[in-house]
Amino acid sequence: MEQAVQAEELRPPITSVGFIGWLKNNLFNGVLNSILTIMTLFFLWKVIPPIFRWAFIDSAWHTTGQACRQAAGACWSIIYTNFRFMIFGFYPFEQQWRPFVAMMILFGLLFYSRNRNHWKKPLAYAWIIGLFTMGLLMKGGIFGLKSVESTQWGGLPLTLLLAVFGLTAAYPLGVILALGRRSKMRGVKVLCILYIELIRGVPLISLLFMSSIIFPLFLPEGININKILRAQAAIILFTAAYIAEVVRGGLQGMSRGQYEAAESIGLNYYLTMRLVILPQALKIVIPPTVSILISAFKDTSLVVIIALFELLKTTQSVLSNPEWMGFSREAYFFVAIFYFLGCFSMSNYSRRLERELSRGD
Amino acid sequence: MKEFSDSPASEKIPFWFDPKKRAILFQFITFCMVGLLAYYLISNTLINLKRQNIATGFSFLHKESSFEIGESLIAYSAASTYGRALLVGALNTIKVAFVGIVITIILGTFIGVARLSTNWLISKLAAIYIEVMQDIPVLLQLFFWYAIFYETLPSPREAVSPGAGIFMSNRGVAFTIPEAHPAHKSMLLAFVAACMIVYLIRRWARKRQEKTGQFFPTFRVGIAIVLGLPFITWLAFGAPMEMDVPKLIGFNFEGGLTVSPEFIALLLGLVLYTAAFVAEVVRAGIQSVSKGQREAAMSIGLRPALVLNLVILPQALRVIVPPLTSQMLNLTKNSSLAVAIGYPDFVSVANTTINQTGQSIEGVALIMVVYLFFSLSTSAFMNWYNRKVALVER
Repeated sequence: MEQAVQAEELRPPITSVGFIGWLKNNLFNGVLNSILTIMTLFFLWKVIPPIFRWAFIDSAWHTTGQACRQAAGACWSIIYTNFRFMIFGFYPFEQQWRPFVAMMILFGLLFYSRNRNHWKKPLAYAWIIGLFTMGLLMKGGIFGLKSVESTQWGGLPLTLLLAVFGLTAAYPLGVILALGRRSKMRGVKVLCILYIELIRGVPLISLLFMSSIIFPLFLPEGININKILRAQAAIILFTAAYIAEVVRGGLQGMSRGQYEAAESIGLNYYLTMRLVILPQALKIVIPPTVSILISAFKDTSLVVIIALFELLKTTQSVLSNPEWMGFSREAYFFVAIFYFLGCFSMSNYSRRLERELSRGD
Repeated sequence: MKEFSDSPASEKIPFWFDPKKRAILFQFITFCMVGLLAYYLISNTLINLKRQNIATGFSFLHKESSFEIGESLIAYSAASTYGRALLVGALNTIKVAFVGIVITIILGTFIGVARLSTNWLISKLAAIYIEVMQDIPVLLQLFFWYAIFYETLPSPREAVSPGAGIFMSNRGVAFTIPEAHPAHKSMLLAFVAACMIVYLIRRWARKRQEKTGQFFPTFRVGIAIVLGLPFITWLAFGAPMEMDVPKLIGFNFEGGLTVSPEFIALLLGLVLYTAAFVAEVVRAGIQSVSKGQREAAMSIGLRPALVLNLVILPQALRVIVPPLTSQMLNLTKNSSLAVAIGYPDFVSVANTTINQTGQSIEGVALIMVVYLFFSLSTSAFMNWYNRKVALVER
């Protein structure tokens, strides 16, 4: 008995617990790891302080472009001065509260939708009403709001618009394509496979070129569809093919028993899919769908190439101003933060969702 | 009694309740709709083309292009045809995609392994790299690197030289290369021959090991042959040492090998972006091999290198190859963003062609066909490789 007490009083050596123990276990376990740690620390010590100095100590914050050139560090004034233009583009200055409110509605909806307990019918209606209101706010023309042509839309609202509308429209289309690809009807199957593989085989740029150069030729004389809508269509068609592949993965994950059970209680194809298969299949593929969402969000930046004034293009047009020429690092860094925050929160959310779903409910 | 005598087979089923006939009808309607849509679009297009006096067809490929292309792997001038210009573009795309894929796989594997390191610092740094690079659009990264090149580096006159024979300026990076010598051709031949010899040795070693159990150090011998044979050839030609050092003539460097800033920015952007995805793929692949496999391999007395080679890698590759293929394809497709920073890849040349000739439909169709070809051939190759490493089941 006495021995047991003594054993309890024996404490582990100081070098294997606490901070020192952690260091030993995680940074200096073995010769190679110690060398690696020291080399990495040396590298960080060489790199981080100069960057910190550039970004915060030597930087200029509220100056003109001329004064900026004297400063040794970063010129954040380019963002401070051009912030509203970079965010809202050519939207009329005194009307810019409208895209701002539209974005707030979107963020509110997104924030509310984070909780899976809120995924009920009213939320779907809320999204429909919300998207409609956002469109109305941007466009104006009624309720005493001044009409703003879509050629003047730009900046962050346009980026978000392309991403959100692109995904809402691409999702149902993708589901239909996936169902078509899994269909027993040869003809439908072949058409869907052709579409999906064709779209997935070509870069988004070629579709955007098609939308901006060729699409006008497709329409009868006199009918014009504006550039944003055309780019939007290209993004939808592109994203749908990727969603179709993700959904197909989910459909393949369904066991035969599910189909047979649905058939045995006399459900037809439509009801089988709507009530039995799709609810389960779509749930499995929520995490990969979020990664499609992330890449669709990033891909909206490609509309720069067909000269739509989304966030990246407004930034570039600020940079082409002689006063601010040469401060690309700061400007692009600023844009990168926007994209990073958006994508990071989405991928974080996807990971959380994956944990929740794998826990089983 | 009548209802009992009637068997269901003899009853006439209306065709809309017969799934087979209904399927045919449904497909017929689908095809009609697709056909009508296609007819509508094509007829509109033809009318519009006629109205705008644009001739269709690919005859423009034989006309003189009359524009210059900054870099080219084959002889090209403004007097060459559009067809040749497009070929130059396609080769440039292949060049950047090939170099990019090779570097990406190396860097991605490195970062993926670092992510799994027991060293906390290195693992966390790799995690930060992966997260940050994945979350910033590749186009933005391209613009960023291009801008860095233009704004940070000086003009050729004040070029910085980080190492002997390398000159960095905003016109590109000039490298010193060995001066052209007939020895190089023979060295290349020797290299190819060495590769073939190593392949044969590997086959022989494998057969012998399966028969007798004797192990042959293929890897070490292989490296020795691949490096040794060209080296011996080089010595046999009298070890030519003349170097072609880039010299500043006028406003730019001449001689040596100059890599354009567009190419470097494109390569840097594509590689750093895709490597983050490849790192995740590699990490997932390595983690998919259970711990027991490594322990079992070690318990039968294999050395660490052989554990990795014979047990871990074959299983990890099976998981890694399919997603790796799609990342390679992504890199190839993303290389089309070159048009935004002015690297003359296929899309960029095709875009110029469209602007000059107005042959927009043919131009975009060519872009699509070429990328489909890249995609399908890459995935065909990777499917072949995947079948090779896939689990052989009974």
